[in-house]
Amino acid sequence: MISLPLSDIFAYLLLAARWTLLLSGIAFLFGGIGALLLLLWRYVQPRLGARVARLYTELFQGTPLLLQLFLVFFGLPLLGVEVSPLLAAGVALTLYSTAFLSEIWRGCVDAIPRGQWDASASLGLNFLQQMWDVILPQALRIAIPPTVGFLVQLVKSTALASIVGFDELTKAGQIVTNATFRPFTVYACVAFIYFALCYPLTLCARTLERQLARSR
Amino acid sequence: MGYQFDFGVLADYFGLLLKGIGVTLGLTAIAATLGLALSIGGAVTARASLKWARALVALYVELIRNTPFIVQLFFVFFGLPSLGLHLSALQAAVLAMTINLTAYSIEIVRAGIEAVAPGQREAGLALGVGPASVFLWVILPQAIANVYPALVSQIVITMLESAVVSQIAVTDLTHVADFIQSRTYRAFETYFAIAVVYLAMSVCLRWLFARAGRRLFAGRATT
Repeated sequence: MISLPLSDIFAYLLLAARWTLLLSGIAFLFGGIGALLLLLWRYVQPRLGARVARLYTELFQGTPLLLQLFLVFFGLPLLGVEVSPLLAAGVALTLYSTAFLSEIWRGCVDAIPRGQWDASASLGLNFLQQMWDVILPQALRIAIPPTVGFLVQLVKSTALASIVGFDELTKAGQIVTNATFRPFTVYACVAFIYFALCYPLTLCARTLERQLARSR
Repeated sequence: MGYQFDFGVLADYFGLLLKGIGVTLGLTAIAATLGLALSIGGAVTARASLKWARALVALYVELIRNTPFIVQLFFVFFGLPSLGLHLSALQAAVLAMTINLTAYSIEIVRAGIEAVAPGQREAGLALGVGPASVFLWVILPQAIANVYPALVSQIVITMLESAVVSQIAVTDLTHVADFIQSRTYRAFETYFAIAVVYLAMSVCLRWLFARAGRRLFAGRATT
């Protein structure tokens, strides 16, 4: 058993929180790209694309993230890919956030009145121009609050990466607990850091939502 | 790559799988029942005139909603014994799941109560029904009917998140999967099959609740 001052414990956890942020960033960035592609596919091939997107979302929202993580962690080696915990967690969380973001953004695009599509089509814009210049800018406005809300969920979800051995905040908490035998203090600190990361995002999402509601 | 998939090995563990399903569903049922009851209390408190009580509920809701479930679970299981509260893994799992679900459903139930037209309460009181009875028999059924789909989603999410309790050695469905893969060295097949079981469980749960909801709340919802 090592006896550490609280400040050292906290500093160590804060350093680990960088990996939580990195993982959240990776998952959000690539998940966002994936969601955008899935979204475009939905509108390019309304039949097949919509069906695939629905199935995809259903699969990832209907199974535990922990099992998705395990499947990536044990599945990628079968494809001949050497997995590190960061890669496994990054891939799993990317697939996961693709499902959620594509569902959120679909709702936002669907909320744009049909007339916008018709008007831009009558001006001779092709599909990509319609999407990029007319629909997405309008959808973006309503998409921001729920997207920020999802970010909170994503940051919390990265905690599961500790289970496949990725040294982020929760894993650091386990390591410090094992060294100091002070689970109460350590996990309280861990929770506090997560709270400090997530609460500002929650507040931000709420404010944006209120602004949007007022502007309409 | 010459990997041969072999799902046949899972057949030997059918009984164990059923037990795991039972534990996961049991945990979810207990957490859902306790969580719903507590969140009705919480939602009422959140609308009460006592300022400190409102603040306390708000603090609880924000604290739980902005921290990961696994940290809450570890805090309950590993942290609380420092305060002299020793819980078995199963008790810790139930407690953590209930605490988590309650925080989310307080907000849901509150939204449901707020959506009930004030005239309903006034009409009840005008008929000479006591405030408590008005709440219990007039407001609450409509409030729950209003947010029933959201509550069902939250219960399904709780079931899926409960996979994490395998980490404190509760023998739920995921823990069964860990055990099977350690025996058979067929990690991918095992977790794949278990993921399918979870998917089936969440689809069935949604379907059952939707059916029950149509019976229970026919014509009750405000909208």
